[in-house]
Amino acid sequence: MPNKKKIYDKGAVLVGLCIFVIVITFPFWFNFGNAAPAPEPKISDKAKAAKECVMPKEYMKMEHMQLLNEWRDTVVRDAKRIFVSSSGKEFNMSLTNTCLDCHVEKAEFCDKCHNYASVTPYCWECHIDPKETK
Amino acid sequence: MNISYMYSLVAVIVLFLVAYVGVMLPGGEVFFGIIIPYLALVIFILGFINRIIDWARSPVPFRIPTTCGQEKSLPWIKPNSIDNPTTIGGVIIRMFLEIVFFRSLFRNTKMALKEGDKLSYEWEKWLWLFSLAFHWTFFVVLFRHLRFFSEPVPALVELVAKLDGFLQIGLPELRISGVVLLAALIFLFLRRIYIPQMRYISLASDYFPLFLIIGIAFTGILMRYFTKVDIVGVKEFTMSLATFKPHITEGIGSIFYVHLFFVSVLLAYFPFSKLMHLGGIFMSPTRNMVNNNRFKRHINPWNYPVKVHTYEAYEDEFREKMVEAGLRVDKPLAAKPPEEPEEKE
Ligand code: HEC
Ligand code: HEC
Ligand code: HEC
Ligand code: HEM
Repeated sequence: MPNKKKIYDKGAVLVGLCIFVIVITFPFWFNFGNAAPAPEPKISDKAKAAKECVMPKEYMKMEHMQLLNEWRDTVVRDAKRIFVSSSGKEFNMSLTNTCLDCHVEKAEFCDKCHNYASVTPYCWECHIDPKETK
Repeated sequence: MNISYMYSLVAVIVLFLVAYVGVMLPGGEVFFGIIIPYLALVIFILGFINRIIDWARSPVPFRIPTTCGQEKSLPWIKPNSIDNPTTIGGVIIRMFLEIVFFRSLFRNTKMALKEGDKLSYEWEKWLWLFSLAFHWTFFVVLFRHLRFFSEPVPALVELVAKLDGFLQIGLPELRISGVVLLAALIFLFLRRIYIPQMRYISLASDYFPLFLIIGIAFTGILMRYFTKVDIVGVKEFTMSLATFKPHITEGIGSIFYVHLFFVSVLLAYFPFSKLMHLGGIFMSPTRNMVNNNRFKRHINPWNYPVKVHTYEAYEDEFREKMVEAGLRVDKPLAAKPPEEPEEKE
């Protein structure tokens, strides 16, 4: 009868299992002892003075990319540049001239979140960040 | 109506509702967000190891690789050193190509009767194509998810995400892998439903993982493009899991917990299901063995000492009678020494 206790090719099997465990537990050892606090995007003084964003904060937090997409399409395809927010205010639909007008420091605002969430919008290949060019 | 697939579908819908409603109850977020995922991971790791060790305990004394090419023989016959490997190196290359490109599935053919009774074998690559698409995109999606589980995010993860979104469709950018994943899963499901033979051999344990992974991909896509989720909040939560300081971030929608619950169920179910072919492929004797029967002797490890009665012994025992009966013997009867009468005392 086969010997039910024996592990055949023990060396190879154990090496394989070790690799498995190391790969699976990646998040635990990679971040070991790393606090990694959530980012706090800095609301600039200019934005603070305005009190609110173009849309409610919750909406902006989750859907600002969708809003930017709509803005882009409306401007580029329909040549309409005026956006009326839910609170009735009018905005020029512009990435650089509107968003970055209030959120003056892109590096302290947009990039803070984006680095944390590992997104790199390609917008800045064409659009400018006025701070950066100075 | 097919029972196997209805059971699985109902099971996945119930799981959806359990998580969807469950997180709204008091303590639901802690239960579905912290307790279940940790538990599922522990079950996955221990179950996986247990299953592999169990397989490693089965002896495979003889070489049984399925070979698909010329074996090494005479020097002037060209051997196929990958499809019929005679060295460890050959086996490694063979396994690598099998695991990464599913070569054995590429050889898939369809057998059918044509024009009445003509037997034909046809090219059949769709299964290969879609299962490759499914496995690769699953891996890519999983790999991209590391952005939730690492800080700083490794450059490779960012690169993969960038390549995955290179079409730059919409905002948030369309991730090709997620869509291909869902499409391939739906193909694999329809294949089981539409091909009669496939439907006949498909069990609930085939449909359940399909529906479960469809559920995961569906809720993921729903979150990313439609219902939206607070990604920064999600990462705060996942990082708290990864650093063993678990705490719930408020205001992450139910759909996220459904996604997470589906993944937890998948992890916990994994070691006990057919999905264990992830580990099994490495353990398949028909793939991972060197085909060296002709020049190496392999001895069965559980051979026990058998009481044998060899022909020589048999002849020794019956030689006289055999000679008497006129049968041929190997050893002639020895000229017997004249019998001495037994002495009586
Ligand atoms: C009129 C000034 C103003 C403009 C223009 C503006 N914002 Fe805001 N934004 C704010 C303020 C003020 C807040 C903080 C709101 C709060 O805390 O309630 C904010 C918040 C946000 C947030 C949420 C930050 C967080 O901490 O969760 C995002 C994302 C955001 N804005 C993106 C944008 C984008 C993208 C644009 C261009 C479409 C834009 N904002 C244009 C003033 C502005
Ligand atoms: C290939 C270069 C290019 C890239 C990349 C690009 N844009 Fe644009 N974008 C343009 C051009 C050109 C216009 C038209 C400018 C105009 O008519 O005022 C425009 C206009 C816009 C507008 C409205 C006008 C304005 O002043 O902003 C928005 C909003 C916009 N883009 C958003 C985006 C976002 C968001 C991204 C990144 C996801 C992006 N764009 C990437 C070239 C680009
Ligand atoms: C509260 C944090 C936060 C802030 C502040 C923020 N973003 Fe984002 N942004 C995100 C997250 C998270 C994503 C990715 C969502 C996803 O992957 O589904 C994102 C995605 C985007 C995308 C789409 C990128 C892609 O490739 O999918 C664009 C464009 C964008 N943000 C523009 C901006 C701009 C411009 C600002 C500054 C005015 C800004 N964001 C500020 C969190 C933020
Ligand atoms: C079996 C493993 C998993 C699979 C197959 C899977 C699949 C998917 C898919 C297909 C998407 C759509 C967007 C994309 O293509 O990236 C997605 C999004 C998402 N998944 Fe998963 N997922 C898995 C595990 C997890 C885990 C463990 C978590 C976190 C705990 C998670 C959290 C999320 C979140 C937050 C999103 C939304 C991403 C965004 O909006 O950009 N997933 N998932």
